[in-house]
Amino acid sequence: MSQQTVSSQQAPGAPRSGRLPKINPVFFVLAALLVAITLSNPNFVEPTGYMNFLKRAAPLAILAAGQIYVIVSGGFDLSVGSLITLTVVGSSMLLNNNADATWWVIPIMYAVGLAVGVVNGLVVSFLRVPSLIATLGMMITLNGAAFMWSSGSPRGYLPETFRFFGRVNIQGIPLIQFLPVALLVMLAAGSYLFWLMHRTNLGRMLHAIGDNPRAAQMSGVPIERVRITAFVVSSLSAVTAGILLGGFAGVSTDVGVGYELQAITACVIGGAQLLGGRGSVPASIAGALTLTAIFTLLNFIGLPKPVRDVVQGVILIVAVVLATYRRNRAGGT
Amino acid sequence: MSTATLIKRLPSRIERYSPALLLAAALLIYVAIALSLGLTRFLTPEAAISILNRSIALGMTAVGQTFAILVGSIDLSVAHLISASAVVSSAIMNGDPAMMAPAVVVVLLMGALVGTLNGLMITRLEVNPLIATLGMALIIQGCLASFHGKFGGSVPDAFQFFAYGTVLGLPFSLMVLAVVVVAAWVVLRFTRFGSNVYSVGGNRDTARAAGIKTNRVVIASHILCSLCASLSGLYLASRLKSGSPWLGTEGAYDLESIAVVVIGGTILSGGKGGIWGTVAGVVIFSLIDSIFNLAGVDAFAKQVMRGIIIVAAVAFYAVRSKRIVA
Repeated sequence: MSQQTVSSQQAPGAPRSGRLPKINPVFFVLAALLVAITLSNPNFVEPTGYMNFLKRAAPLAILAAGQIYVIVSGGFDLSVGSLITLTVVGSSMLLNNNADATWWVIPIMYAVGLAVGVVNGLVVSFLRVPSLIATLGMMITLNGAAFMWSSGSPRGYLPETFRFFGRVNIQGIPLIQFLPVALLVMLAAGSYLFWLMHRTNLGRMLHAIGDNPRAAQMSGVPIERVRITAFVVSSLSAVTAGILLGGFAGVSTDVGVGYELQAITACVIGGAQLLGGRGSVPASIAGALTLTAIFTLLNFIGLPKPVRDVVQGVILIVAVVLATYRRNRAGGT
Repeated sequence: MSTATLIKRLPSRIERYSPALLLAAALLIYVAIALSLGLTRFLTPEAAISILNRSIALGMTAVGQTFAILVGSIDLSVAHLISASAVVSSAIMNGDPAMMAPAVVVVLLMGALVGTLNGLMITRLEVNPLIATLGMALIIQGCLASFHGKFGGSVPDAFQFFAYGTVLGLPFSLMVLAVVVVAAWVVLRFTRFGSNVYSVGGNRDTARAAGIKTNRVVIASHILCSLCASLSGLYLASRLKSGSPWLGTEGAYDLESIAVVVIGGTILSGGKGGIWGTVAGVVIFSLIDSIFNLAGVDAFAKQVMRGIIIVAAVAFYAVRSKRIVA
């Protein structure tokens, strides 16, 4: 009898050991949406259907996988959208239609991303500016910089060598016929970020800081360094997303507009807790796929863009309400 | 012991007056540039009024945002609510002076409704305020865009008095802003509701334990915030003669109002700050714009510097705090 009580007490206690208690509901939602898309458009099960879907979702998925680092550590990164714009505009300016320049332009863009992340992290950690304001300031600054660099009207196009990552499909693969390079980039970035978040000390320290910064500091977590790393990861993922988006779309100064909010939405749909302490990379990627799937579905049904905004708003709120409800029922905080 | 308390008190004093210090610095730079360029006509009282006049919409929105931030919340839906208010008011008035009063009433009711919904989502459903108001913003934007085109209309000339009329030589809109500011100050400083706002923002659990109905305070703050946004939507409709669904987002009133409030020394986690800081923040913002205009800074460089200035201004007093910020 007493043993029974112990074991029954352990069962609800089990989720607290740090593992995900059950399968995250976002995966079920994603599966349901994919079925719904297939029902409304049977072509979706063809490789061209789902591969194009994954290709389109790749930048947002990478962005969300980076954003979750900052969210888990308790902050926000609003500067990613403008960093995408800066990456696309800056690359087109540096490349200047010269296809051979790609190999050094991409490292330069990553260096810019690194610098942006470090500055964000330094401002938040040492100047103690809340990340909302710090990255908002960075967003305004980077947007201005993109405009300044291109004198307001970016011109030219990105050469094929640069668009390779976002655009090219590797042909002739058995079973799936073709494989977009963007998808490979997403898988590589996603699995690296998964490993970094869930299999290393850094991930544990990020969770600790987000949960209780003071306690983390007392137990010897180098708060500043971990914070800066989180912002750097987010910025580098934004540059990656920017390179992919540069491959899909043309050069313009509003490529990245709205991506920061979509990335945060994706993380929230994936069950991340704003202000820190809870979040997972695969769930955020699934959140990004879910968001893209919703847009795709609404598109197939033939709803106009305004309705999509309303739906995104409602989904955002419902996702958070459900997450809060689940947490409260589980007795956590 | 007295020296110890003095040392402890000194930084808090600096913190308290730092919006004023920033304002003085901005004013000094403005005057210095105007003098050095020999543009003394920018130093007259008329010039001062025109500087203030440029930031009326931002000022009204920021007063409301101050309530939301003080109570420990935030409102990202103000920009879209401004657009919605402007569009709805011009659609209802449709050039007919007789419809002015109903339109104002409808718009303010709409603001109150949006604020109530925001507040209910944040308190009853326990949604993070950022997400709740962001979701609300998306919903308003979607509604606006799907109705756009069916709505036309413009405001009657009589309504343009709000933006262009003068009373006793002062712009009417500036006086409305002054009334809003003073009313907000009185509410925060002298009423029970005002002190409840501070205690709920400082620590919601303690406030609840002390017997304050925290949910009501949060909802009321959000209603005030949305009402102020609606008012600034009415002002913009009056100034531009008709509403467009991009009014609020183009002016970036959501993020700018937050930036202004924070520059004014109100801390994002709530419970500390005040209206006069926000007013200082608004004036600093329009002074910065005027400085850039005087100095002839390129529009894009202006944006870059603006971003840096926002962060630097907040860092100016955040840097001394020992708290770990998110």
